[in-house]
Amino acid sequence: MIKKVLILGSGALKIGQAGEFDYSGSQAIKALKEEGITSVLINPNIATVQTSDYMADEVYFLPVDPYFVEKVIEKEKPDGIFLSFGGQTALNCGVELHKSGVLKKHNVSILGSPIESIILTEDREKFAKHLRKIHRSIPHSISATTMKKAQHGAREIGYPVMIRAAYALGGQSSGIVQNEQELTKLCEEAFSFAPQVLVEQYLHHYKEIEYEVVRDKNDNCITVCNMENFDPLGIHTGESIVIAPSQTLNNYEYHTLRQASIDIIRSLGIVGECNIQYAVSPNPSSSSSFPRRRESINNKQEIPDHASRVRNDNNNLEYYVIEVNARLSRSSALASKATGYPLAYVAAKLALGKTLNEIPNQVTKVTQSFFEPALDYCVVKIPRWDIDKFRKAHEKIGSSMKSVGEVMGIGRSFSEALQKAVRMLEIGVDGITDHSYLFKKSNGNFTQQQIIDEHILCPTPRRLFAVTYLLQHNYSLEKLYQQTGIDPWFLNRIHEAVQLEKKINAKKLSEIDSKQLRKLKQYGFSDHRIAVITGTLEDHVRNRRKKDHILPSVFQIDTLAAEFPAQTNYLYLTYHGNHHDIEPRGDEGIMVLGSGPYRIGSSVEFDWSCVSAARRLVRYNKKSIIVNCNPETVSTDYDVSDRLYFEELSLERVLDIYDFEKSHGVIISVGGQTPNNLAVPLKENKVRILGTDPDNIDRAEDRNTFSKTLDKLNIKQPEWIQATTIEQAELFAQNVGYPILVRPSYVLSGSAMSVCSNDAELKNYLERAVSINKSRPVTVSKFYEGAKEIEIDAVAWRGTLDVYAISEHVEYAGVHSGDATIVFPAQRVYEPTKQIILDYTRKLARTYQITGPFNIQFLAIRNDVSIIEMNLRASRTFPLLSKATGINFAEKVVDAFFDDGRVEKEVFPPYTVVKVPQFSFARLTGADPVLDVEMNSTGEVGCFGDDVDEAFLKSMLSVGYAFPHKNILVSIGDWYKEQFASKLVQLHAMGYTLYATEGTADFMKQKLGIPAISVKKGYEGGKQNVLSLIEQKKVELVINIRDRWHKSADAKTYRKETTDGYLIRRSASDHNISSLTDIKKSSLFVSALSEKKLADLKIKSWKEYLSLNKLK
Amino acid sequence: MSKTIAKLTFEDGSVVDGESFGYERSVAGEVVFTTGMVGYPESLTDPSYKGQILVFTYPLIGNYGVPDKKLWESDRIHTTAIIVSNYIDEKSHHQAKQTLAEWLRDEKIPGIEITDTRALTQKIREMGTMLGKIEFEKSVDWYDPNKENLSALVSVAKPTTYRPSSTVRLRRAVLIDCGVKKNIIRSLVARGVEVTVVPWNYDIETLQEKPDGVIISSGPGDPKIMKETIANVKKIVQAHIPTLGICFGNQILTLAVGGDTKKMKFGHRSQNQPCECHTQPGRFYLTTQNHGFEVSKLPPGFKPWFTNVNDGIIEGIIHEKKPFMSVQFHPEACPGPTDTGWVFDYFLERIV
Repeated sequence: MIKKVLILGSGALKIGQAGEFDYSGSQAIKALKEEGITSVLINPNIATVQTSDYMADEVYFLPVDPYFVEKVIEKEKPDGIFLSFGGQTALNCGVELHKSGVLKKHNVSILGSPIESIILTEDREKFAKHLRKIHRSIPHSISATTMKKAQHGAREIGYPVMIRAAYALGGQSSGIVQNEQELTKLCEEAFSFAPQVLVEQYLHHYKEIEYEVVRDKNDNCITVCNMENFDPLGIHTGESIVIAPSQTLNNYEYHTLRQASIDIIRSLGIVGECNIQYAVSPNPSSSSSFPRRRESINNKQEIPDHASRVRNDNNNLEYYVIEVNARLSRSSALASKATGYPLAYVAAKLALGKTLNEIPNQVTKVTQSFFEPALDYCVVKIPRWDIDKFRKAHEKIGSSMKSVGEVMGIGRSFSEALQKAVRMLEIGVDGITDHSYLFKKSNGNFTQQQIIDEHILCPTPRRLFAVTYLLQHNYSLEKLYQQTGIDPWFLNRIHEAVQLEKKINAKKLSEIDSKQLRKLKQYGFSDHRIAVITGTLEDHVRNRRKKDHILPSVFQIDTLAAEFPAQTNYLYLTYHGNHHDIEPRGDEGIMVLGSGPYRIGSSVEFDWSCVSAARRLVRYNKKSIIVNCNPETVSTDYDVSDRLYFEELSLERVLDIYDFEKSHGVIISVGGQTPNNLAVPLKENKVRILGTDPDNIDRAEDRNTFSKTLDKLNIKQPEWIQATTIEQAELFAQNVGYPILVRPSYVLSGSAMSVCSNDAELKNYLERAVSINKSRPVTVSKFYEGAKEIEIDAVAWRGTLDVYAISEHVEYAGVHSGDATIVFPAQRVYEPTKQIILDYTRKLARTYQITGPFNIQFLAIRNDVSIIEMNLRASRTFPLLSKATGINFAEKVVDAFFDDGRVEKEVFPPYTVVKVPQFSFARLTGADPVLDVEMNSTGEVGCFGDDVDEAFLKSMLSVGYAFPHKNILVSIGDWYKEQFASKLVQLHAMGYTLYATEGTADFMKQKLGIPAISVKKGYEGGKQNVLSLIEQKKVELVINIRDRWHKSADAKTYRKETTDGYLIRRSASDHNISSLTDIKKSSLFVSALSEKKLADLKIKSWKEYLSLNKLK
Repeated sequence: MSKTIAKLTFEDGSVVDGESFGYERSVAGEVVFTTGMVGYPESLTDPSYKGQILVFTYPLIGNYGVPDKKLWESDRIHTTAIIVSNYIDEKSHHQAKQTLAEWLRDEKIPGIEITDTRALTQKIREMGTMLGKIEFEKSVDWYDPNKENLSALVSVAKPTTYRPSSTVRLRRAVLIDCGVKKNIIRSLVARGVEVTVVPWNYDIETLQEKPDGVIISSGPGDPKIMKETIANVKKIVQAHIPTLGICFGNQILTLAVGGDTKKMKFGHRSQNQPCECHTQPGRFYLTTQNHGFEVSKLPPGFKPWFTNVNDGIIEGIIHEKKPFMSVQFHPEACPGPTDTGWVFDYFLERIV
């Protein structure tokens, strides 16, 4: 009898492992609760919903690694463990604990699929053998543990070949290589973290199809959903546009692959959920390079040595098994949202010994979970990339993941769903025919050939738009298929939409008849797009639509295509309907706008705020109506809110929903910048916004107005101007002195921001990066070096402060707050500074009559405090501070909306919480892993400790750092050598062997009198240089602190040095060696190392920390 | 180019406009819906849909065109007409020989697009299966297919024998064709059975040699109309010939051995009907179904073999001792999941 279950989370969000595991873990906890089983969760990701107080019984904000998990097991004594709800991180950790005998020693049974099966699916060679045994084929492949073997294997199979690293999440270090040189490069990378590499036959333009399969302990199996990739094989499914259900498979293909999926899951003995990916030949009769095999219908076939070929009469199918994930995955999260079948919840119940027929269908409540959903709509998922944000990163996408999030559009036609999804991406496009994203980089200078070369022949995030562009320009469909391998079905649908738009080109809105307008809407064109084409305003299109009664229908996702009535309200809007499935909620409903796709700068933390706010509405007898479009989130679980609209967060769509629901009001301040941007336009459309008046939000966001307000209030701010010419900017820089911070006006979240240290850099930035002109002014401000950055997060009620928390950055101001290491409570803030901060905050709350959340960032040089930025919305740090203080700030926001605000409360706990960012540089080939004014991190963790050192170390371990044992490489820029001197001495005193680049080594020997092994820089060549040191993994940690704003006088030397610094950082990242690049963070790490050993890090639950707080 | 408008009228008087993409001819029948997401060529050629206007709940139909005739479930379209939300004019699939629209026009079958097929489905779900007609310019009278012997319209004219290619010991079976799907024949032949397909009213006693087993096929309409077939099956059972009923055959067997059937509210037409198997405790199977009548009373000596997990109705019966059994679903699939192909093996194992 299982009484207590330990759940392993997935840690910080990173590329390849993101929000989907918040969703799956949350569902697992829900399933445990229903069964009356105590749940214990280990997850350092403090921004997640699953680590909320109403979820698991005990939460440990600790690294998900064998050491800490064993400690928690010793303390909590669980009798079962869930390994499949926390991605590859949880699975790998679980496998290690199994192999080392820890689980057995503590009598913890692995619930769900047998661990041997999981190990089998993770070992590609064993897995291939297993599949052969059950007569399924995988592509011809050879596993290699050495470079020689890999090269030999590739020669045997013949180039091009596909390279995959074993035990890697999201296809890290895998790709198609054309020759031995490319193979060697990729394999070097792969071998740096994986013991085994697979060299595989490359299947040109095969379709990629996935099935989500579920099995219970009685051997009952179903496939919940199948999905088809828009992009052919070769592009990771996480990087691919995906449509569900499959569109181009006929009954025979669909069900043969379904049967294969069931046979495979049975052979593995999975209990729970599993994802299977196939490569399917688009034209099996013509590809004759494989021997034909005949299989009888009852599948008693002989062992195929190549493709699984199934023929019966004239049916003909050739396919390979590409991958099996014996755990919840990104695809299973997508499948859950696509069908309304809660895969993670069901998988958890099955792991606890339930059978499918015993689990009620959560949507209909009258049927049960042994069935396969029938869809009467289709969904399109598109990944969201942020590759542009990374300096030097390559844009090409392929078999390794680079995307940071995704969206899902639901429609009753492919175009409707696709166009919704494109708009949901928040990349500033208005549908597939809008090419602003395609040409974003090229400033409008391009040729058709360039588009083909850059985006068609080489897949990039812009490929979909390149396809549309070419179809608009009458490019041959056949050629497009040849060049991209995108199935003609998809190309034809896009072509139809393009043709439809062409028909109204050069027409006026009044010349378009009602029927045509309806058709445009059915094809997913937005009002704004129609307005652009017909040369009118969005408003006019909307009014015209309303006049003609062209309004979207509200449909339910009911898992059974209307065969049974649905009890839950999982909804979407479509123009392929003429009725609504539901009645409006009216005044009892309140809309909560979600945050859209996860991307750099907007991630799971906003989902936490949304979910918290939506749940709080119950207290005021209101029904929550969530609008969001991100399938990885918990907010899009239909049991979180009273109604869920899986829809666009566009003005048009929010108004559509508001018009239909006749809601009491809309909450726009808990979902980050996306809904916040809608504040003013919604108000203009007479929508009631809860909280701070949108006009005041607008005034705070307008740099000029805000600045004037600050002056009026006697609040300091760094000197700044808005410049429209280079000369103006240069003059300003001369007056205040370099460095200066430059950014386009009205650009948020630090995108396209830069710090310039001299005229040349400023000129270069203004000319190339932002192309300054009258209509595109830039904001130039003085940049202070060595200043402290302090943040306040607060909730106000009618202009008075309610709850607040003050935190500080470890790094100097100038590192984006999303990338900064944040300490709460602020440890080193002088009392006078704090009083100034509070004074400023109170003044601003009153001035802007704030009701709801806000965040202010301050710059402090001693007690000289100035304001950098203010946002009148919930910030990224809301969940961190809520969990650190034990006060749910998002709930306080709702309380304030309902006049339930209480005045001024500060919590100053006796413990410390440190947030550390997670970077995914290893994923982004070429990207420079440094901290800058632009945000680069993909996630974060937050751990508790008795002091900063303890909390910081736990957090650092959570994002992949380790205690170094022996060798450390240091390379410190001249500017920072003195400042870092004491840390070098500490490192030496701790007994580390220090390798150092020449300048640093000389400094250590001559100035500090401590030994260092001097290594040449990369560009200096030689056998033993800094790069070979990293490649050979002779060091465990790299500390590389660059002179960021202080450059060598000699430009040539400077370039060499920066290049060398880049190569060191990049190489460390490619070879999976931890590196530190910031002076303050490095210093804190060294001092923490000298203070604490691993055994000093306490195993205390969240509740234990919070109880200290309450006692005080 | 604007499409021709056709009018769908239900027997309750409600009217919905649709745009034609098939053959333009006014027709009448019974309006039913299917929730299967793939397999429109298989469904259209399934004789069980004779007399019915079929609404597809999956909104995109036509995606992979229409394959060669060899892959159909019979040699022509049997639905009276089809209704889809979005017709997809496509034949890029490697097996496609023509588009769905071309096929419909060839076979003179109307196909119309009605955007809100979900509304139609909800209507049928709430009010039950209804008669309906699709009218172009010319109006037509109501037509209730359940009052007619539809099997007579779709059954073979004279016995035809299919032999397996292998040389293993042959079992010989007679398949009573009430509207058989080709995959029933394929499934038997693939298992080494020599199958003689006989017309719906064929008297087995006239056969020179007693068959090893009899299969009663699926088919359209009300089973109670099939008096001759029921009488023949009674004789077969009395002669102790192992018998397997499929779909309509399940209802015929039930009626032949003393059970009863009744019309359902809106039937089961989908590929995701969950059935509990009572001879294998704890086991459930996903089945393809296409029926508007159900077994309402178990015949004496029989026990339920399968029941539907969603609504509890009997989906298969099996004799307590003797080799008589039948299933309401389609073990031959096509379209739909292939989970229950073992029903054929189970039956054949009981043929000595």
